[in-house]
Amino acid sequence: MSWFTKAMSSNIGKKLIMAFTGLFLILFLVGHVSGNTLLFGTDGGLAFNAYAKFMTTNPAVKILSYITYISILVHVVYSIIVTRTNKTARPVGYEVNAGSTNSSWASRNMGVLGTILLIFLVVHMKGFWYEMHWGEIGTDINGNKDLYGVVAKAYAEWWYVLLYVVSMGFLAFHLSHGFSSAFQTLGLNHKKYTPIIKGVSLGFSILVPAIFAAIPIYMFINS
Amino acid sequence: MNITLKVWRQKNAQDKGGFKTYPVANVSPDMSFLEMFDVLNEQLLAKGEDPVHFDHDCREGICGMCSMYINGKPHGPKDAVTTCQLHMRSFKDGDSITVEPWRAKAFPVVKDLVTDRSAFDRIIQSGGYISINTGGVPDANEIPIPKKIADQAMDAATCIGCGACVAACKNASAMLFVSAKVSQLAMLPQGQVERKTRAERMVAQMDEEGFGACTNTGACSAECPKEISLENIARLNREFYGAKLKSENV
Repeated sequence: MSWFTKAMSSNIGKKLIMAFTGLFLILFLVGHVSGNTLLFGTDGGLAFNAYAKFMTTNPAVKILSYITYISILVHVVYSIIVTRTNKTARPVGYEVNAGSTNSSWASRNMGVLGTILLIFLVVHMKGFWYEMHWGEIGTDINGNKDLYGVVAKAYAEWWYVLLYVVSMGFLAFHLSHGFSSAFQTLGLNHKKYTPIIKGVSLGFSILVPAIFAAIPIYMFINS
Repeated sequence: MNITLKVWRQKNAQDKGGFKTYPVANVSPDMSFLEMFDVLNEQLLAKGEDPVHFDHDCREGICGMCSMYINGKPHGPKDAVTTCQLHMRSFKDGDSITVEPWRAKAFPVVKDLVTDRSAFDRIIQSGGYISINTGGVPDANEIPIPKKIADQAMDAATCIGCGACVAACKNASAMLFVSAKVSQLAMLPQGQVERKTRAERMVAQMDEEGFGACTNTGACSAECPKEISLENIARLNREFYGAKLKSENV
Protein backbone atom coordinates (compact mmCIF):
# COMPACT_ATOMS: atom_id res chain seq x y z
CA MET A 1 0.00 0.00 0.00
CA SER A 2 3.00 2.30 -0.05
CA TRP A 3 1.86 3.60 -3.45
CA PHE A 4 -1.41 4.65 -1.86
CA THR A 5 0.08 6.47 1.11
CA LYS A 6 2.62 8.08 -1.22
CA ALA A 7 -0.20 9.30 -3.48
CA MET A 8 -2.15 10.64 -0.53
CA SER A 9 0.86 12.44 0.96
CA SER A 10 1.52 14.33 -2.28
CA ASN A 11 0.12 17.86 -2.50
CA ILE A 12 -2.55 16.68 -4.95
CA GLY A 13 -3.45 13.79 -2.63
CA LYS A 14 -3.85 16.11 0.34
CA LYS A 15 -6.12 18.33 -1.71
CA LEU A 16 -8.13 15.27 -2.74
CA ILE A 17 -8.76 14.54 0.94
CA MET A 18 -9.82 18.17 1.45
CA ALA A 19 -12.21 17.83 -1.51
CA PHE A 20 -13.80 14.57 -0.37
CA THR A 21 -14.31 15.70 3.23
CA GLY A 22 -15.55 19.10 2.03
CA LEU A 23 -18.10 17.53 -0.32
CA PHE A 24 -19.31 15.22 2.43
CA LEU A 25 -19.77 18.22 4.71
CA ILE A 26 -21.78 19.89 1.93
CA LEU A 27 -24.05 16.82 1.87
CA PHE A 28 -24.31 17.10 5.64
CA LEU A 29 -25.40 20.74 5.27
CA VAL A 30 -28.23 19.63 2.97
CA GLY A 31 -29.54 17.30 5.66
CA HIS A 32 -28.99 19.81 8.44
CA VAL A 33 -30.78 22.65 6.69
CA SER A 34 -33.74 20.48 5.68
CA GLY A 35 -34.23 19.33 9.27
CA ASN A 36 -33.90 22.87 10.57
CA THR A 37 -36.83 24.06 8.45
CA LEU A 38 -39.02 22.29 11.06
CA LEU A 39 -38.18 25.26 13.31
CA PHE A 40 -40.43 27.36 11.08
CA GLY A 41 -43.35 25.17 12.26
CA THR A 42 -46.21 26.46 14.40
CA ASP A 43 -46.61 23.32 16.53
CA GLY A 44 -44.52 24.61 19.42
CA GLY A 45 -41.56 22.51 18.28
CA LEU A 46 -43.14 19.05 18.66
CA ALA A 47 -42.07 17.94 15.16
CA PHE A 48 -38.60 19.42 15.67
CA ASN A 49 -38.15 17.59 18.99
CA ALA A 50 -39.25 14.31 17.41
CA TYR A 51 -36.78 14.92 14.59
CA ALA A 52 -34.01 15.70 17.10
CA LYS A 53 -34.74 12.45 18.91
CA PHE A 54 -34.59 10.53 15.64
CA MET A 55 -31.28 12.18 14.70
CA THR A 56 -29.67 11.21 18.02
CA THR A 57 -31.00 7.67 18.34
CA ASN A 58 -31.32 6.17 14.85
CA PRO A 59 -28.34 3.80 14.25
CA ALA A 60 -27.93 4.76 10.56
CA VAL A 61 -27.89 8.47 11.44
CA LYS A 62 -25.39 7.67 14.18
CA ILE A 63 -22.97 6.20 11.64
CA LEU A 64 -23.45 9.26 9.41
CA SER A 65 -22.85 11.58 12.35
CA TYR A 66 -19.56 9.85 13.16
CA ILE A 67 -18.50 10.22 9.52
CA THR A 68 -19.40 13.91 9.82
CA TYR A 69 -17.26 14.37 12.96
CA ILE A 70 -14.34 12.61 11.26
CA SER A 71 -14.82 14.71 8.10
CA ILE A 72 -14.70 17.95 10.07
CA LEU A 73 -11.59 16.81 11.94
CA VAL A 74 -9.77 15.60 8.81
CA HIS A 75 -10.81 18.73 6.85
CA VAL A 76 -9.38 20.94 9.60
CA VAL A 77 -6.17 18.94 10.12
CA TYR A 78 -5.42 18.75 6.39
CA SER A 79 -6.16 22.43 5.90
CA ILE A 80 -3.48 23.17 8.52
CA ILE A 81 -1.00 20.82 6.83
CA VAL A 82 -1.66 22.25 3.35
CA THR A 83 -1.58 25.85 4.59
CA ARG A 84 1.79 25.25 6.26
CA THR A 85 3.22 23.79 3.03
CA ASN A 86 1.84 26.72 1.07
CA LYS A 87 3.25 29.31 3.46
CA THR A 88 6.74 27.80 3.29
CA ALA A 89 6.55 27.76 -0.52
CA ARG A 90 6.94 31.56 -0.44
CA PRO A 91 9.29 32.60 2.37
CA VAL A 92 9.66 36.19 1.09
CA GLY A 93 6.42 37.91 0.14
CA TYR A 94 5.71 40.71 -2.32
CA GLU A 95 5.85 44.41 -1.52
CA VAL A 96 2.95 45.04 -3.88
CA ASN A 97 0.47 42.30 -4.74
CA ALA A 98 -2.65 42.73 -6.84
CA GLY A 99 -4.36 39.49 -5.89
CA SER A 100 -7.81 41.02 -6.20
CA THR A 101 -7.32 41.42 -9.96
CA ASN A 102 -6.84 37.72 -10.64
CA SER A 103 -8.81 35.76 -8.05
CA SER A 104 -11.85 35.98 -5.78
CA TRP A 105 -11.53 37.19 -2.21
CA ALA A 106 -13.03 33.97 -0.85
CA SER A 107 -10.57 31.79 -2.76
CA ARG A 108 -7.64 33.66 -1.23
CA ASN A 109 -9.02 33.56 2.32
CA MET A 110 -10.35 30.04 2.72
CA GLY A 111 -8.10 29.44 5.73
CA VAL A 112 -9.32 32.55 7.57
CA LEU A 113 -12.95 31.77 6.69
CA GLY A 114 -12.50 28.16 7.80
CA THR A 115 -10.97 29.22 11.13
CA ILE A 116 -13.90 31.55 11.84
CA LEU A 117 -16.33 28.74 10.95
CA LEU A 118 -14.49 26.36 13.27
CA ILE A 119 -14.84 28.80 16.18
CA PHE A 120 -18.52 29.19 15.29
CA LEU A 121 -18.87 25.41 15.20
CA VAL A 122 -17.50 25.09 18.74
CA VAL A 123 -19.97 27.70 20.04
CA HIS A 124 -22.79 26.13 18.02
CA MET A 125 -22.12 22.57 19.22
CA LYS A 126 -21.77 23.69 22.83
CA GLY A 127 -25.10 25.53 22.58
CA PHE A 128 -27.24 22.80 21.03
CA TRP A 129 -25.43 19.55 20.26
CA TYR A 130 -23.86 19.22 23.73
CA GLU A 131 -27.11 20.24 25.44
CA MET A 132 -29.09 17.66 23.44
CA HIS A 133 -26.67 14.85 24.31
CA TRP A 134 -25.62 15.60 27.86
CA GLY A 135 -27.36 18.77 29.01
CA GLU A 136 -30.25 18.88 31.48
CA ILE A 137 -33.23 19.83 29.37
CA GLY A 138 -36.93 19.27 29.94
CA THR A 139 -39.34 17.20 27.85
CA ASP A 140 -42.27 18.22 25.67
CA ILE A 141 -45.80 16.80 25.87
CA ASN A 142 -44.76 13.83 23.72
CA GLY A 143 -41.98 12.95 26.15
CA ASN A 144 -39.21 13.97 23.76
CA LYS A 145 -36.31 16.13 24.93
CA ASP A 146 -37.36 19.74 24.42
CA LEU A 147 -34.48 20.90 22.19
CA TYR A 148 -36.88 23.40 20.65
CA GLY A 149 -37.09 25.13 24.01
CA VAL A 150 -33.29 25.40 24.16
CA VAL A 151 -33.18 26.81 20.63
CA ALA A 152 -36.02 29.26 21.25
CA LYS A 153 -34.36 30.51 24.44
CA ALA A 154 -31.00 31.00 22.69
CA TYR A 155 -32.53 32.85 19.74
CA ALA A 156 -34.36 35.25 22.05
CA GLU A 157 -30.96 36.93 22.62
CA TRP A 158 -30.17 39.49 19.91
CA TRP A 159 -26.40 38.98 20.10
CA TYR A 160 -26.79 35.23 19.65
CA VAL A 161 -28.92 35.84 16.55
CA LEU A 162 -26.33 38.30 15.25
CA LEU A 163 -23.52 35.77 15.79
CA TYR A 164 -25.43 33.20 13.75
CA VAL A 165 -26.33 35.54 10.92
CA VAL A 166 -22.77 36.84 10.57
CA SER A 167 -21.32 33.32 10.74
CA MET A 168 -23.64 32.22 7.95
CA GLY A 169 -22.20 35.05 5.87
CA PHE A 170 -18.76 33.55 6.35
CA LEU A 171 -20.16 30.12 5.49
CA ALA A 172 -21.55 31.54 2.24
CA PHE A 173 -18.12 32.83 1.20
CA HIS A 174 -16.40 29.59 2.23
CA LEU A 175 -18.88 27.58 0.15
CA SER A 176 -18.74 29.97 -2.80
CA HIS A 177 -15.18 28.81 -3.44
CA GLY A 178 -15.12 25.40 -1.79
CA PHE A 179 -18.07 23.84 -3.61
CA SER A 180 -16.80 24.26 -7.17
CA SER A 181 -13.14 24.03 -6.16
CA ALA A 182 -13.72 20.49 -4.84
CA PHE A 183 -14.88 19.36 -8.29
CA GLN A 184 -11.80 20.87 -9.94
CA THR A 185 -9.60 19.01 -7.45
CA LEU A 186 -11.42 15.78 -8.28
CA GLY A 187 -10.43 16.45 -11.89
CA LEU A 188 -14.00 17.15 -12.96
CA ASN A 189 -13.74 20.08 -15.33
CA HIS A 190 -15.71 19.88 -18.53
CA LYS A 191 -17.08 22.46 -20.96
CA LYS A 192 -20.59 21.05 -20.53
CA TYR A 193 -20.71 20.43 -16.80
CA THR A 194 -18.42 23.02 -15.19
CA PRO A 195 -20.83 25.93 -15.86
CA ILE A 196 -23.59 23.83 -14.23
CA ILE A 197 -21.37 23.03 -11.22
CA LYS A 198 -20.47 26.73 -10.90
CA GLY A 199 -24.15 27.73 -11.07
CA VAL A 200 -25.25 25.13 -8.52
CA SER A 201 -22.28 26.14 -6.34
CA LEU A 202 -23.33 29.79 -6.36
CA GLY A 203 -26.97 28.97 -5.73
CA PHE A 204 -26.11 26.57 -2.93
CA SER A 205 -23.73 28.97 -1.20
CA ILE A 206 -26.39 31.69 -1.16
CA LEU A 207 -29.51 29.61 -0.47
CA VAL A 208 -28.31 27.28 2.30
CA PRO A 209 -26.66 29.94 4.53
CA ALA A 210 -29.71 32.18 3.89
CA ILE A 211 -32.12 29.53 5.20
CA PHE A 212 -29.83 28.85 8.15
CA ALA A 213 -29.67 32.57 8.95
CA ALA A 214 -33.42 33.05 8.50
CA ILE A 215 -34.22 30.63 11.36
CA PRO A 216 -32.69 32.64 14.25
CA ILE A 217 -34.14 35.85 12.78
CA TYR A 218 -37.60 34.25 12.50
CA MET A 219 -37.45 32.86 16.01
CA PHE A 220 -36.15 36.14 17.45
CA ILE A 221 -39.08 38.02 15.93
CA ASN A 222 -41.51 35.41 17.30
CA SER A 223 -39.93 35.31 20.75
CA MET B 1 7.31 60.22 -20.07
CA ASN B 2 8.90 60.42 -16.64
CA ILE B 3 8.75 57.28 -14.54
CA THR B 4 9.82 56.53 -10.98
CA LEU B 5 11.00 52.96 -10.53
CA LYS B 6 11.12 51.18 -7.20
CA VAL B 7 13.29 48.18 -7.94
CA TRP B 8 14.39 45.20 -5.85
CA ARG B 9 18.18 45.16 -5.55
CA GLN B 10 19.99 42.13 -4.17
CA LYS B 11 23.73 41.53 -4.63
CA ASN B 12 23.57 37.73 -4.52
CA ALA B 13 21.58 34.80 -3.12
CA GLN B 14 22.93 35.42 0.40
CA ASP B 15 22.32 39.18 0.45
CA LYS B 16 19.16 40.34 2.24
CA GLY B 17 18.33 42.83 -0.48
CA GLY B 18 16.02 45.84 -0.50
CA PHE B 19 14.22 48.35 -2.69
CA LYS B 20 15.94 51.26 -4.43
CA THR B 21 14.16 54.12 -6.15
CA TYR B 22 15.32 55.44 -9.53
CA PRO B 23 13.82 58.26 -11.57
CA VAL B 24 13.86 57.51 -15.32
CA ALA B 25 13.39 60.55 -17.56
CA ASN B 26 12.50 60.83 -21.26
CA VAL B 27 10.87 57.44 -21.59
CA SER B 28 9.18 56.91 -24.95
CA PRO B 29 5.67 55.38 -24.78
CA ASP B 30 6.74 53.06 -27.61
CA MET B 31 9.52 51.50 -25.54
CA SER B 32 9.00 48.03 -24.16
CA PHE B 33 9.31 47.64 -20.40
CA LEU B 34 12.69 45.96 -20.88
CA GLU B 35 13.94 48.78 -23.15
CA MET B 36 13.01 51.20 -20.39
CA PHE B 37 15.22 49.11 -18.09
CA ASP B 38 18.00 49.30 -20.72
CA VAL B 39 17.75 53.10 -20.51
CA LEU B 40 17.92 52.96 -16.72
CA ASN B 41 20.95 50.66 -16.84
CA GLU B 42 22.79 52.96 -19.27
CA GLN B 43 22.19 55.80 -16.79
CA LEU B 44 23.50 53.66 -13.95
CA LEU B 45 26.58 52.57 -15.95
CA ALA B 46 27.35 56.20 -16.83
CA LYS B 47 27.37 56.97 -13.12
CA GLY B 48 29.60 53.95 -12.45
CA GLU B 49 26.85 52.06 -10.58
CA ASP B 50 25.97 48.39 -10.88
CA PRO B 51 23.18 47.96 -13.47
CA VAL B 52 19.93 46.22 -12.51
CA HIS B 53 20.20 42.57 -13.50
CA PHE B 54 17.14 41.02 -15.13
CA ASP B 55 16.40 37.96 -17.28
CA HIS B 56 15.57 38.41 -20.95
CA ASP B 57 16.30 36.68 -24.23
CA CYS B 58 14.11 36.74 -27.32
CA ARG B 59 12.14 39.90 -26.49
CA GLU B 60 9.39 38.51 -28.73
CA GLY B 61 7.23 36.95 -26.02
CA ILE B 62 8.08 33.35 -26.86
CA CYS B 63 11.16 32.33 -24.84
CA GLY B 64 9.84 32.68 -21.30
CA MET B 65 12.95 34.31 -19.88
CA CYS B 66 11.65 37.73 -18.84
CA SER B 67 10.14 37.64 -15.39
CA MET B 68 9.28 40.82 -13.56
CA TYR B 69 6.60 41.28 -10.93
CA ILE B 70 5.31 44.72 -11.90
CA ASN B 71 2.95 46.62 -9.57
CA GLY B 72 1.78 43.39 -7.97
CA LYS B 73 1.30 41.37 -11.15
CA PRO B 74 3.63 39.05 -13.07
CA HIS B 75 4.49 40.59 -16.47
CA GLY B 76 2.65 43.76 -15.48
CA PRO B 77 -0.90 45.09 -15.85
CA LYS B 78 -1.78 43.79 -19.33
CA ASP B 79 -3.35 40.39 -19.97
CA ALA B 80 -1.65 37.74 -22.07
CA VAL B 81 1.68 39.49 -22.58
CA THR B 82 5.19 38.91 -21.30
CA THR B 83 7.23 41.75 -19.79
CA CYS B 84 9.13 42.22 -23.07
CA GLN B 85 5.84 42.75 -24.92
CA LEU B 86 4.55 45.23 -22.34
CA HIS B 87 4.97 48.80 -23.56
CA MET B 88 5.35 52.02 -21.63
CA ARG B 89 2.11 53.32 -23.21
CA SER B 90 0.39 51.02 -20.71
CA PHE B 91 1.55 53.43 -18.00
CA LYS B 92 0.96 57.11 -17.38
CA ASP B 93 3.47 59.95 -17.25
CA GLY B 94 4.66 60.38 -13.68
CA ASP B 95 3.74 56.83 -12.64
CA SER B 96 5.62 55.10 -9.85
CA ILE B 97 6.21 51.43 -10.66
CA THR B 98 7.31 48.74 -8.21
CA VAL B 99 9.34 45.92 -9.77
CA GLU B 100 10.10 42.71 -7.87
CA PRO B 101 11.51 39.30 -8.75
CA TRP B 102 9.34 36.14 -8.80
CA ARG B 103 8.90 35.11 -5.17
CA ALA B 104 8.99 31.39 -4.40
CA LYS B 105 11.16 29.07 -2.35
CA ALA B 106 11.70 27.01 -5.50
CA PHE B 107 12.83 30.13 -7.44
CA PRO B 108 15.65 31.59 -5.31
CA VAL B 109 16.88 35.06 -6.27
CA VAL B 110 20.27 34.94 -8.00
CA LYS B 111 20.74 38.71 -8.28
CA ASP B 112 18.34 41.67 -8.38
CA LEU B 113 15.40 40.53 -10.54
CA VAL B 114 17.03 37.31 -11.74
CA THR B 115 15.72 34.09 -10.20
CA ASP B 116 16.90 30.52 -10.62
CA ARG B 117 14.06 28.70 -12.37
CA SER B 118 15.93 25.42 -12.94
CA ALA B 119 13.32 23.73 -10.73
CA PHE B 120 11.14 23.77 -13.88
CA ASP B 121 13.94 22.10 -15.87
CA ARG B 122 14.22 19.33 -13.29
CA ILE B 123 10.45 18.75 -13.46
CA ILE B 124 10.70 18.41 -17.27
CA GLN B 125 13.70 16.08 -16.89
CA SER B 126 11.69 13.88 -14.53
CA GLY B 127 9.08 13.05 -17.18
CA GLY B 128 8.20 15.83 -19.59
CA TYR B 129 9.54 14.04 -22.65
CA ILE B 130 8.77 11.15 -24.99
CA SER B 131 11.20 8.33 -25.78
CA ILE B 132 11.13 7.59 -29.47
CA ASN B 133 13.55 5.91 -31.84
CA THR B 134 14.91 8.33 -34.37
CA GLY B 135 15.04 7.17 -37.98
CA GLY B 136 13.59 8.14 -41.32
CA VAL B 137 11.11 10.99 -41.46
CA PRO B 138 7.59 9.53 -40.94
CA ASP B 139 4.75 10.44 -43.27
CA ALA B 140 2.90 13.55 -42.16
CA ASN B 141 -0.43 11.80 -41.67
CA GLU B 142 0.83 8.42 -40.51
CA ILE B 143 -0.65 8.94 -37.04
CA PRO B 144 -4.17 10.33 -37.29
CA ILE B 145 -4.95 12.96 -34.64
CA PRO B 146 -8.35 14.71 -34.54
CA LYS B 147 -8.06 18.45 -35.15
CA LYS B 148 -9.77 19.25 -31.84
CA ILE B 149 -7.30 17.17 -29.85
CA ALA B 150 -4.37 18.59 -31.77
CA ASP B 151 -5.61 22.11 -30.98
CA GLN B 152 -6.02 21.37 -27.27
CA ALA B 153 -2.57 19.80 -27.08
CA MET B 154 -1.14 22.81 -28.92
CA ASP B 155 -2.88 25.20 -26.52
CA ALA B 156 -1.22 23.43 -23.61
CA ALA B 157 2.10 23.36 -25.45
CA THR B 158 2.14 27.15 -25.81
CA CYS B 159 3.34 27.31 -22.18
CA ILE B 160 6.74 29.01 -22.30
CA GLY B 161 7.71 28.01 -18.75
CA CYS B 162 8.22 31.60 -17.56
CA GLY B 163 6.94 30.86 -14.06
CA ALA B 164 4.31 33.64 -13.92
CA CYS B 165 1.83 31.03 -12.62
CA VAL B 166 4.07 30.28 -9.64
CA ALA B 167 4.71 33.98 -9.08
CA ALA B 168 1.00 34.87 -9.14
CA CYS B 169 -0.21 31.93 -7.03
CA LYS B 170 -0.62 32.75 -3.35
CA ASN B 171 0.78 29.27 -2.63
CA ALA B 172 3.62 29.49 -5.17
CA SER B 173 2.16 26.36 -6.75
CA ALA B 174 3.51 25.07 -10.07
CA MET B 175 0.33 23.18 -10.97
CA LEU B 176 -0.48 25.21 -14.11
CA PHE B 177 3.00 24.70 -15.56
CA VAL B 178 3.11 20.97 -14.75
CA SER B 179 -0.46 20.46 -15.94
CA ALA B 180 0.31 22.10 -19.28
CA LYS B 181 3.39 19.94 -19.76
CA VAL B 182 1.58 16.74 -18.77
CA SER B 183 -1.49 17.62 -20.86
CA GLN B 184 0.30 18.38 -24.12
CA LEU B 185 1.72 14.83 -24.16
CA ALA B 186 -1.18 12.98 -22.52
CA MET B 187 -3.54 14.05 -25.30
CA LEU B 188 -1.34 12.87 -28.18
CA PRO B 189 -0.65 9.28 -29.32
CA GLN B 190 3.11 9.87 -29.08
CA GLY B 191 2.78 10.55 -25.36
CA GLN B 192 0.95 7.35 -24.40
CA VAL B 193 3.96 5.10 -23.70
CA GLU B 194 5.17 7.05 -20.68
CA ARG B 195 1.82 8.59 -19.82
CA LYS B 196 1.36 7.12 -16.31
CA THR B 197 4.99 7.28 -15.24
CA ARG B 198 5.18 10.86 -16.50
CA ALA B 199 2.29 12.07 -14.34
CA GLU B 200 3.66 10.29 -11.26
CA ARG B 201 7.24 11.49 -11.65
CA MET B 202 6.48 15.09 -12.60
CA VAL B 203 4.09 15.52 -9.66
CA ALA B 204 6.65 13.95 -7.29
CA GLN B 205 9.38 16.27 -8.60
CA MET B 206 7.07 19.30 -8.30
CA ASP B 207 6.51 18.51 -4.60
CA GLU B 208 10.22 17.81 -4.14
CA GLU B 209 11.12 21.29 -5.42
CA GLY B 210 9.03 22.92 -2.69
CA PHE B 211 6.15 24.38 -4.71
CA GLY B 212 2.87 24.80 -2.83
CA ALA B 213 -0.44 22.99 -3.30
CA CYS B 214 -3.15 24.18 -5.68
CA THR B 215 -6.14 25.83 -4.02
CA ASN B 216 -7.91 26.61 -7.31
CA THR B 217 -7.88 30.39 -6.96
CA GLY B 218 -7.33 30.69 -10.71
CA ALA B 219 -4.72 33.44 -10.33
CA CYS B 220 -2.21 31.41 -12.39
CA SER B 221 -4.40 31.18 -15.48
CA ALA B 222 -5.51 34.80 -15.16
CA GLU B 223 -1.89 35.99 -15.15
CA CYS B 224 -0.49 33.47 -17.65
CA PRO B 225 0.95 35.28 -20.70
CA LYS B 226 -0.14 32.30 -22.82
CA GLU B 227 -3.57 31.99 -21.13
CA ILE B 228 -3.11 28.32 -20.25
CA SER B 229 -6.53 27.06 -19.13
CA LEU B 230 -7.45 25.71 -15.70
CA GLU B 231 -8.88 22.67 -17.52
CA ASN B 232 -5.29 21.48 -17.68
CA ILE B 233 -5.04 21.40 -13.88
CA ALA B 234 -8.17 19.24 -13.70
CA ARG B 235 -6.63 17.00 -16.35
CA LEU B 236 -3.39 16.74 -14.36
CA ASN B 237 -5.41 15.71 -11.31
CA ARG B 238 -7.15 13.02 -13.40
CA GLU B 239 -3.86 11.87 -14.92
CA PHE B 240 -2.30 11.64 -11.47
CA TYR B 241 -5.17 9.69 -9.89
CA GLY B 242 -5.36 7.37 -12.92
CA ALA B 243 -1.62 6.79 -12.91
CA LYS B 244 -1.55 6.06 -9.19
CA LEU B 245 -4.42 3.57 -9.52
CA LYS B 246 -3.27 1.81 -12.67
CA SER B 247 0.49 2.14 -13.12
CA GLU B 248 2.86 -0.76 -12.42
CA ASN B 249 4.96 1.40 -10.11
CA VAL B 250 4.23 0.11 -6.61
